[in-house]
Amino acid sequence: MSVFVNKNSKVIFQGFTGEHATFHAQDAISIGTNVVGGVTPGKGGTMHLGLPVFDTVAEAVAATGADVSAVFVPPPFNADALMEAIDAGIKVAVTIADGIPVHDMIRLQRYRVGKDAILIGPNTPGIITPDECKAGIMPSHIYKKGNVGIVSRSGTLNYEATEQMAALGLGITTSVGIGGDPINGTDFVTVLRAFEADPETEIVVMIGEIGGPQEVAAARWAKENMRKPVVGFVAGLAAPAGRRMGHAGAIISSEADTAGAKMDAMEALGLYVARNPAQIGRTVLRAAQEHGIKF
Amino acid sequence: MNIHEYQAKELLKTYGVPVPNGAVAYSDAQAASAAEEIGGSRWVVKAQIHAGGRGMAGGVKVANSVEEVRQYADAMLGTHLVTHQTGPEGSLVQRLWVEQASHIKKEYYLGFVIDRGNQRITLIASSEGGMEIEEVAKASPEKIVKEVIDPAIGLLDFQCRKIATAIGLKGKLMPQAVKLMKAIYRCMRDKDALQAEINPLAIVGEGEESLMVLDAKFNFDDNALYRQRTVTEMRDLAEEDPKEVEASGHGLNYIALDGNIGCIVNGAGLAMASLDAITLHGGRPANFLDVGGGASPEKVTNACRIVLEDPNVKCILVNIFAGINRCDWIAKGLIQACTSLKIEVPLIVRLAGTNVEEGRKILAESGLTFITAENLDAAAAKAVEIVKG
Repeated sequence: MSVFVNKNSKVIFQGFTGEHATFHAQDAISIGTNVVGGVTPGKGGTMHLGLPVFDTVAEAVAATGADVSAVFVPPPFNADALMEAIDAGIKVAVTIADGIPVHDMIRLQRYRVGKDAILIGPNTPGIITPDECKAGIMPSHIYKKGNVGIVSRSGTLNYEATEQMAALGLGITTSVGIGGDPINGTDFVTVLRAFEADPETEIVVMIGEIGGPQEVAAARWAKENMRKPVVGFVAGLAAPAGRRMGHAGAIISSEADTAGAKMDAMEALGLYVARNPAQIGRTVLRAAQEHGIKF
Repeated sequence: MNIHEYQAKELLKTYGVPVPNGAVAYSDAQAASAAEEIGGSRWVVKAQIHAGGRGMAGGVKVANSVEEVRQYADAMLGTHLVTHQTGPEGSLVQRLWVEQASHIKKEYYLGFVIDRGNQRITLIASSEGGMEIEEVAKASPEKIVKEVIDPAIGLLDFQCRKIATAIGLKGKLMPQAVKLMKAIYRCMRDKDALQAEINPLAIVGEGEESLMVLDAKFNFDDNALYRQRTVTEMRDLAEEDPKEVEASGHGLNYIALDGNIGCIVNGAGLAMASLDAITLHGGRPANFLDVGGGASPEKVTNACRIVLEDPNVKCILVNIFAGINRCDWIAKGLIQACTSLKIEVPLIVRLAGTNVEEGRKILAESGLTFITAENLDAAAAKAVEIVKG
């Protein structure tokens, strides 16, 4: 098992014929992803990578039964593309774009009220279940099958943690990038809940960063609702207050936003905390060993 | 993107929000003639810098004659105003705002922020105006009231009445408060603002009382500037670090820090983690720099050049975990940088991810000296060792 995407997922790419979408669709197919087609308005009826191209998501879903969409649409048009996907019945929409206006995200999140589609991102490398399904831009070769679930705000830090774990023989069930923006489609709690319910995931790694309340909210939720051990890390110990550190959401606006405060809170709530980014893999190993989890 | 107080007031004025009569001035003579034009007998001369805390730092003065306006303007213009938000070097004062002094009865706080918890715009208000809302939150949290705004419906009259009543704006002032709150919300939505802070909102007037915005701060969404021409035109590059502006022109995200280990990293999270690893090894990073995805050799060369413009830099740590990037591009970029720039400081390079073997090979065969590191920890340790000698 895994969370959100697996070998049965039928994936379409929105903005399919663009350069990045093409490259990553090919990579996704190479690891076994069932890519069933794509959408590029104005190019409906043509073929791309040997797959059908549609003008609208609704047509793509009707023709292919797609339930996952990887959205490679530029930021100004991205929120609209996501609402189109949700309207068409897509169950998991993954949006890579970095730079969607915040007010667009506020409207989008309001639009989603009462609809059960999962939205991963924006500003994320996406989601991958090794050897089954990739909807995103991560280097798929570093992700090996195993029993650790990863959820992170940062993409490259997700790769970093994955490589540290791989060096210790720890593989993953699913990696979910919730993204670096101030407003995420999916928060940490939603992903933790899915990992807790997934029989194959035995341990969870949560990688946060400065800014926003969600790491601590997730740690509190984990303490009350999870039996599986959770390892936490928060990037930005050395970050100055009041500056956006690359990600739109990574800014210290109050004491509670700092990496130190978040990691203290995580520790107090019973998480295994890696204080050093180079020690994420080792901390997962320690948690696994203390819980008698085999890998 | 931030704007000056006077720009915020001019913007609010177009939404019908009451602000004091005033004018912007770039010289003492201009300030004096502005005062004469505005009329009255008392004026406030306010230094226009983006940082807060101007009043305490001497950047806000009340003048009782046109000559005093001129004197204060002369004293402020061209000086570096040091506030708790500027850092020790301060901010250069190049513009002033001269406005009619108001007869203030009481001050309030109004703020529109994006609440990351509920993902909606939230209106925050307090009867304690003129001081920082964080201080009020600590000292007397019961004096802060909030209303969450449904983006599909907008800010409703009754929500404004609730807020007005809670902070004590009653009688004739209530309808004014409702109108003002709705106008500011509309402005925030129209202009893609992330924050609009009115502090203070004041009851002014000697006979007839009315509400007036005495100071206003706006922060706009950089990602929405493509559709906000009037906002973009208000940008004051003099308020920004020239190196950060230059870096963003090259698609790089650079933030100057005060240490001596230069950093070039891909991805914001890994870049932050690299600074953390350096700090944990007892070193001090000189900067944050995210080269982003698709780092071409030119981009890497520009990154090296910008990092090296900081004279404190004693070595550069390059940490790349390529996903959408490619290690061979990064390696070529580093070689290009070494040959085109005179790099006299050691380069510590850690490469991982897409095309890592090609990247390492290119560096090894270049004939140039790179200190390579296998992982993040080793890279940070080596960098700290070098600067400590």
